[in-house]
Amino acid sequence: MELDAKIPEAPIEDMWNTHKEHMRLVGPRNRPHYKVIVVGTGLAGASAASSMAAMGYHVESFCFQDSPRRAHSIAAQGGINASKDYRNDGDSTYRLFYDTQKGGDYRSREANVWRLAELSTDIIDQAVAQGVPFAREYGGMLANRSFGGVLVERTFYCRGETGQQLLLGACSALANQIHAGGVIMHTRKEMLDVVIIEGRARGIVTRDLVTGALESHAADAVVLASGGYSNVYYLSTNAKGCNVTATWRAHKRGAGFANPCYNQIHPTCIPVSGEYQSKLTLMSESLRNDGRIWVPRQASDKRSPSDIPDAERYYYLEERYPRFGNLVPRDVASRNAKEVCDDGLGVGPSGLGVYLDFKDAIQDKGDDVIGSRYENLFEMYEKITGESPWNTPMRIFPAPHYTMGGLWVDYNLMSNLPGLFAVGEANFSDHGANRLGASSMMQCLADGYFIIPLTIGDYLSRYEYGDVDTSHPAFADAEREAKGRLDRMLSIQGSETVESLHRELGRVMWDHCGIARNAEGLKEAITKIPEIRDRFWNNLRITGSGAQLNQTLEHAGRLADFLEFSELMCRDALARNESAGCHFREEHQTKEGEAKRDDQNFSHVSVWEHQGTDNEPLMHKEPLSFEALPLAQRNYKT
Amino acid sequence: MSRLGNLYQSVIGKKAIVAVTGSIMIGFLLLHGWGNLKVFSGATAAGVPEVDVYADFLRTMGVPILPYGSALWIIRIVVLVSLILHVICVVQLARHNRKARPVHYKHARNFEEATLPARAMIYTGSIVVLFLGFHLAQFTVGGVGSAPFVQGDVYGNLYGAFQHPVYVALYVGVMAVIGIHLYHGAWSLFQTLGWDNPDRNKSLRMLSVALGVGIFLAFSAIPISFFSGEMNKPSLQHADTSSRSNK
Amino acid sequence: MNFTLRIWRQTDANTDGDLETYKVQDIEPTCSFLEMMDILNERLTERNVEPVAFDSDCREGICGMCSMVINGKPHGPKDGTTTCQLYMRHFEDGDEITIEPWRSAAFPVTRDLIVDRSAFDRIMQAGGYVTVHSGPKPEPNAIPIEPSIAEEALDAACCIGCGACVAACPNGAAMLYTSAKVSHLGLLPQGQPERFERVQKMVHQMEAEGFGSCRNYAECEAACPKEISIKFIGRMNRDFLKSTLILPNNPRGKMDSQ
Repeated sequence: MELDAKIPEAPIEDMWNTHKEHMRLVGPRNRPHYKVIVVGTGLAGASAASSMAAMGYHVESFCFQDSPRRAHSIAAQGGINASKDYRNDGDSTYRLFYDTQKGGDYRSREANVWRLAELSTDIIDQAVAQGVPFAREYGGMLANRSFGGVLVERTFYCRGETGQQLLLGACSALANQIHAGGVIMHTRKEMLDVVIIEGRARGIVTRDLVTGALESHAADAVVLASGGYSNVYYLSTNAKGCNVTATWRAHKRGAGFANPCYNQIHPTCIPVSGEYQSKLTLMSESLRNDGRIWVPRQASDKRSPSDIPDAERYYYLEERYPRFGNLVPRDVASRNAKEVCDDGLGVGPSGLGVYLDFKDAIQDKGDDVIGSRYENLFEMYEKITGESPWNTPMRIFPAPHYTMGGLWVDYNLMSNLPGLFAVGEANFSDHGANRLGASSMMQCLADGYFIIPLTIGDYLSRYEYGDVDTSHPAFADAEREAKGRLDRMLSIQGSETVESLHRELGRVMWDHCGIARNAEGLKEAITKIPEIRDRFWNNLRITGSGAQLNQTLEHAGRLADFLEFSELMCRDALARNESAGCHFREEHQTKEGEAKRDDQNFSHVSVWEHQGTDNEPLMHKEPLSFEALPLAQRNYKT
Repeated sequence: MSRLGNLYQSVIGKKAIVAVTGSIMIGFLLLHGWGNLKVFSGATAAGVPEVDVYADFLRTMGVPILPYGSALWIIRIVVLVSLILHVICVVQLARHNRKARPVHYKHARNFEEATLPARAMIYTGSIVVLFLGFHLAQFTVGGVGSAPFVQGDVYGNLYGAFQHPVYVALYVGVMAVIGIHLYHGAWSLFQTLGWDNPDRNKSLRMLSVALGVGIFLAFSAIPISFFSGEMNKPSLQHADTSSRSNK
Repeated sequence: MNFTLRIWRQTDANTDGDLETYKVQDIEPTCSFLEMMDILNERLTERNVEPVAFDSDCREGICGMCSMVINGKPHGPKDGTTTCQLYMRHFEDGDEITIEPWRSAAFPVTRDLIVDRSAFDRIMQAGGYVTVHSGPKPEPNAIPIEPSIAEEALDAACCIGCGACVAACPNGAAMLYTSAKVSHLGLLPQGQPERFERVQKMVHQMEAEGFGSCRNYAECEAACPKEISIKFIGRMNRDFLKSTLILPNNPRGKMDSQ
């Protein structure tokens, strides 16, 4: 596997511009001849598809939901960062780059991160032009708020539904292009395989989720915007349908999978209430701006929170990290919550929860201010738990939320397979070992609006258009394989349900490859996962047929891929014998219990190559260099 | 004209036509009610009931620019055209709506916001149309109803008709139906034409209540008053009505 | 808790369906409605009965995918929530619960409780956008927007496209949805150049999809999980009437020669 990141030869601040200036282009008259497939319609997919179509490329867009607008980007709550420096607090491209690189614990590619910071301001301009109703100040100027892990206010927001508004913006551009004929939209179609011909990605195989029909689609390039894999834990903040299938299938066809062990556990989610629970709900991290996190100082204190005097409350983040307090990065906040709960200080019926208290903020700032900031989040919490944060502290606990790992891509967002691109959460590129709040949407939109529309032309211009269609035998082969897998699943007729097996996998992953990991646990997981996989392939029960709308079959297909992928995740976590960002290896911590990197041995991206189902995957390394920002121990204490 | 055609072609446009024609008819009702209330104004020095004077005014209105009686006919035609358009659009919309919701829910429906008057619009409206035929036959054309009909003798005709409890009950009943129709219709027209908004909503709602109740009270006061004996018998010296003076 | 469920079962768009009765036992009150459905489906699978197909994805009330008419009310008895935000504690032990799909000619049933809502997407495609390419844009603070306008636009833009308004409307009208989409962009300065063309295109598409007409019942507002106000319907009517009766019919006509 060849890993050439294709980082342009230029000083970091000129890199993107230099690269743009030297890129090969496709002329406007030729663009309609080139066909590009985009899988997924979240922020990255919708923005990529609409931008490319607006340039003139012939785009086919796919989503498994019934409408592009339902992709899970819609659920992002808090906001989107941009280094506009509207608050005059010294923000700049460098500072956003610095924060992202430091937040990612120096495990991302500098060139990509710089470009992301550079493009962040354009995203806001673009979104406003589309009619995204960002919050405004009284004078009509755009409002900002602060977010975890940074010391400036650079987050733009629309109440608690920034993701929905940004996605509606991107989807409106997509709708425009569908209407204009530039994009052919396929809803309720799930990608089951990518087709590689002579080393280049030339199309995909999909299943029509309503009729069950398998279809081949040929193209000159394939862009995966299929999101992350947090549902490997079964319980996560992701939508039920989120899955790893598209990226895993690409991996099995030869694409490198980078840093699969990097996954973020979000600190502010509503705790689990029972075995039947199907998903975890995130409460926006913005709550940490005004909420104070605490647990009782005394273990298993069963008093009601209002009866616990201040002196007996342990505001552990404020005490441990006086400079950042409740606004430490997500990984730090999550790990600390787990630690206090492990010490028996956790609250709620399960003991797996900490308080997030607004009493002081309400007293200091008044009902109106707090209401205007958090009212809908408070309502949402009350809807779920039946308790009002106005009267009693919220209970929160970490939950899997975002995956920094993904398909390896170069500076052009192309994987090691020519013609196969990955954008948004599906790639590994910009967040290193931990993503800062309000930066996922930034990355998705930078990829989709500004990067891929240019880099795809650079790739396409090197090839003749339309030289492959679906009559190529590779498509028939891929369809046959996909059908074989579906038929096999349907024919098992065992006794275990997909849900129960997925829950079991999730439990193994949460226990052994969750907030904190150790070699022993990971090895145990690596032996347990194949055992669940065996039961899946020998004792699964799916009713109905493949020639109909069959949601159990859809879920089973996704779980089959999670069952293979989860093993790779554990192997990666085991191989990364250091702590970095969200990847916390218990063996590697400072005296204060902080993540301790091993820059000597692990300043690289781990890129895994598939070696067949029965063989162990092969790891390659893309070394990371730190020129613009020298390596330093991450410190949020002083 | 193509603009009106476009308006008529669209569902929102049809609704607007219903709203505009409805408001024309409301205007007519207000005028009609104001005129009717003149039965309580007594008679002129010559002994002609004020309401008859008013009836005569309706015919002489616009003279000499317009021929005698034509202004009244213009009003009648405008109202009639409004009524016809109102009914046609409503019927077309109702058919369109039935097609839009071909399958009903099995579980009984609990309306939350839709008031009974709102849901009964088509029924209250139909009752009013049927009643209108009767009403015109009784008091405009004549020949229906028990009392002898005399053109121009409004007071006398009313008096004659409303000695019968059946007519009194019918008129009071239908006025209530009209009031109910207007309770939803009057507010609804503001919403349809886009003049409703949350700041005004409360006032508009009150206005429609006032209109519904007001129209009901104004119109039903007449039959009740005649029936209850509050009103004087028609005067015998009515100038224009020879048949009456023969009595 | 125990419940008796009467659920609409239908194999596909071309087959007739009917209500089937199922009993579910031992449900925790903290269980969400859809989790109760998951439990039912798991138990049905164990009994070799095909599970009930229903749409859901984010399960936090924002994607707009879940769509069940519960006891005659879209998204169930609680105001301002989607089906996925409904909890079994909102019901009484022993309740009989009837679950049906959205009903509208424009939303044909795909299977069981799943309907095809692509009509909504086509309304958006007809004009629910500001025509703008990706690329450098003017500084957004160059056009100040009064916060109250931005907030009102957001009140409209918070529509999640679930279709409960259509399901609740006795006429199967999509006025609330369309008006929310029209108003979101129509209120903002960025949406002004295409404001009247947009309302024409979207309303015509809405009518072409076979949605019914508005009778100002406001049932849509009552069912809307985001509690979007019918004031936007009035607003859309005004814009539509204005553009139909007063504004130039073909504003682009002048551009033809260019």
